[in-house]
Amino acid sequence: MPLQDLEKIFEDKIENEIKIEPKDWMPDAYRKTNIRQISQHAHSEVVGMLPEGNWISRAPSLKRKAILIAKVQDEAGHGLYLYSSAETLGSSRDEMVADLHSGKAKYSSIFNYPSLTWADMGAIGWLVDGAAILNQVMLCRTSYGPYARAMVRICKEESFHQRQGFESLLVLSRGTDEQKAMCQDAINRWWWPSLMMFGPRDSESTNSDQSMKWKIKRKTNDELRQQFVDMAVMQVKVLGMTLPDPYLKWNEERKHYDFGEINWDEFWNVVKGNGPCNKQRLAARNKAHDEGAWVREAAIAYAEKKSNQNKQEAA
Amino acid sequence: MNNSLIDYVLHLADNSLILAQRNAEWCGHGPILEQDIAITNISLDLLGQSRNFYQHAATLIGNDATEDSLAYLRTEREFKNCLLVEQPNGDWGQTILRQFFFSAYQFLLYEKLQAHKDEQLAAIAAKALKEVTYHMRWSSEWVIRLGDGTTESHERMTKAIDELWRYTGELFMAADYEKKSGIDVSLLKDVWMKKVESVFEEATLSVPEKTFMQNGGKTGVHTEHLGYILTELQYLQRTYPGAEW
Repeated sequence: MPLQDLEKIFEDKIENEIKIEPKDWMPDAYRKTNIRQISQHAHSEVVGMLPEGNWISRAPSLKRKAILIAKVQDEAGHGLYLYSSAETLGSSRDEMVADLHSGKAKYSSIFNYPSLTWADMGAIGWLVDGAAILNQVMLCRTSYGPYARAMVRICKEESFHQRQGFESLLVLSRGTDEQKAMCQDAINRWWWPSLMMFGPRDSESTNSDQSMKWKIKRKTNDELRQQFVDMAVMQVKVLGMTLPDPYLKWNEERKHYDFGEINWDEFWNVVKGNGPCNKQRLAARNKAHDEGAWVREAAIAYAEKKSNQNKQEAA
Repeated sequence: MNNSLIDYVLHLADNSLILAQRNAEWCGHGPILEQDIAITNISLDLLGQSRNFYQHAATLIGNDATEDSLAYLRTEREFKNCLLVEQPNGDWGQTILRQFFFSAYQFLLYEKLQAHKDEQLAAIAAKALKEVTYHMRWSSEWVIRLGDGTTESHERMTKAIDELWRYTGELFMAADYEKKSGIDVSLLKDVWMKKVESVFEEATLSVPEKTFMQNGGKTGVHTEHLGYILTELQYLQRTYPGAEW
C-alpha cells in the first residue's frame, strides 16, 4: 500500500477515536514518541520505588509498614506493565533499562527529591500520586491501545495510593504538635516539585503540540496543573494545613485558583541532573542491576541447561 | 495467663517480623523487577503472619498490649526470633538460601500447628501454610537454579551455605516455651534435612558435615545484627512515645 494511504488510515483512526494497535502502521515519530513516553513512565515507576522504599524499614506501625510495602510493590508492577507496553512498539526492555542507567532516558524529576521524614510518605501519596493520577486519567484515553489499557489498571491502584497518602497525613494532622509540624513541613517541601511534575509551561513545551494532535496527550501541561491546584486547595483545608504559596487565590473570573510562579531554574536544574538525589537514584538503580548480573546469568544458564536436557531426552 | 504460650506466640511473631524486615530491604534493589516483586511479596506475607501472631499475643497478654507495642517497644533481649532470620541479606544467593532454610522449617512447623489446641494459633498457621508452601517452592527453585547455574553462582551458593548452615541447628533446639507448647521441633529435623538434601542434590550443592550450631535467639541472646534491625524498626515509636500513626 502506498505510504500516503497508510498515513490516511492512521489519521482516520486517530480522528475517529480508534486505538492504534501494535501491528498497525504508524508514523515513525509516533512510534518514537510513544516509546519515549511509555519507557520514561516505566522508569519513573521503578525509580519512584526508591524514595518510598527508604522508609519501609522505619514505618511507625506494622499496618503502615504493610501498606507501604504493598504500595512500593504496586509501583514495581506498574513498571512491568509499562515496559511490556513499550516493548509492543519494538523496543526491548534491556535497551530501555540501559538507557535509564546510562542517564540517556529521563524519569520523573520528582523522585530526585529526598524523602526526609515519615510525613513524606503521606505527602508523596497525596501530592505526587495525586498529580500523577491527573496525567494518568487522561492517558487512559491515549491513542496507543496497549498504553491506554495499562493505564486503566494503573489508575485504579494509584487512586487507592492517593487516598492512603491523604489518610496518613490526616492522622498526622490530628496528632501531636510534632506530628502536625512534620505534616506541614512535608507539604511545604513537596508542593512545588509536585506542580513541576506537569512539565514546562505550554509555551515552552517542545513535545506537546504534536502529542495533542496524535491524541497521545489530551490536556496540556498547564491545564492539568491548574486542575491539580484547584483540587489540592480544597483538600488541604481538610487537613487543616496550608500550601506554601502566598499568591494562591480564587479567581472569580477564571473560576480557578491563581497561583505563584514556579521556580523554573530549579525545574531545569533537576531535569539536567542537579537535583538533590539525581546521582543517588541512578547509582542505586545501577548498583541493583550490576549486582544482579550474576543472578540473571545463572538463571539463563540454568534454563538453557534444562532445555538442552529436555531436547536430548526427547531425541 | 499462660506465660509459655505467650512466649511461644511471640517467638513465632518475631521470626516472621524480622525476616519480613530483612527481605523488605530488597525492595527497589532486586536483581530483576519480577524477583524484586517476589521477595517483597514474601516480606509482605511474613509481615501479615507476624501481625496475626502479635495480635493474638496481645489478646493473651491483655492490659494495653497491641501488635505495635509488642513489635516496637520490646528490647533486643526480649525478642525471641531464631538467629537465622536476623542474618544480613548478603547477596541474592544468601537471601534465597536463608528463605529456603526457613520456609522449609516453617512449612513443617505450620503443618503441625494447624492442629494446635489453641484454636487461634491453629487458624493462623492454617492460613499461613498456603503462603509458606509458595515461599518454599519459590526459594527451592532458586536454590536449584543458582546452585546448578554458572560457576560463579555455584560458588556463591557454596559460600552462602558456609555462612548460614551454623544457624540452622537452632531451629530444632526447643526452648522451654516450645517444649510446653505441645510441638516438639526436634522431631521436624529429619524431614527438614531430607528436603534440604533433595533440593541440594538437584542444585549440585553439598550439605556440610559436622558444623557447630549456634543458638540463643529463641531465648533472647542474639547476634549483634538484631540491635541494628530494631533500632531502625522502632525508631519512630521510640522518638515520639505514645503518638498515633
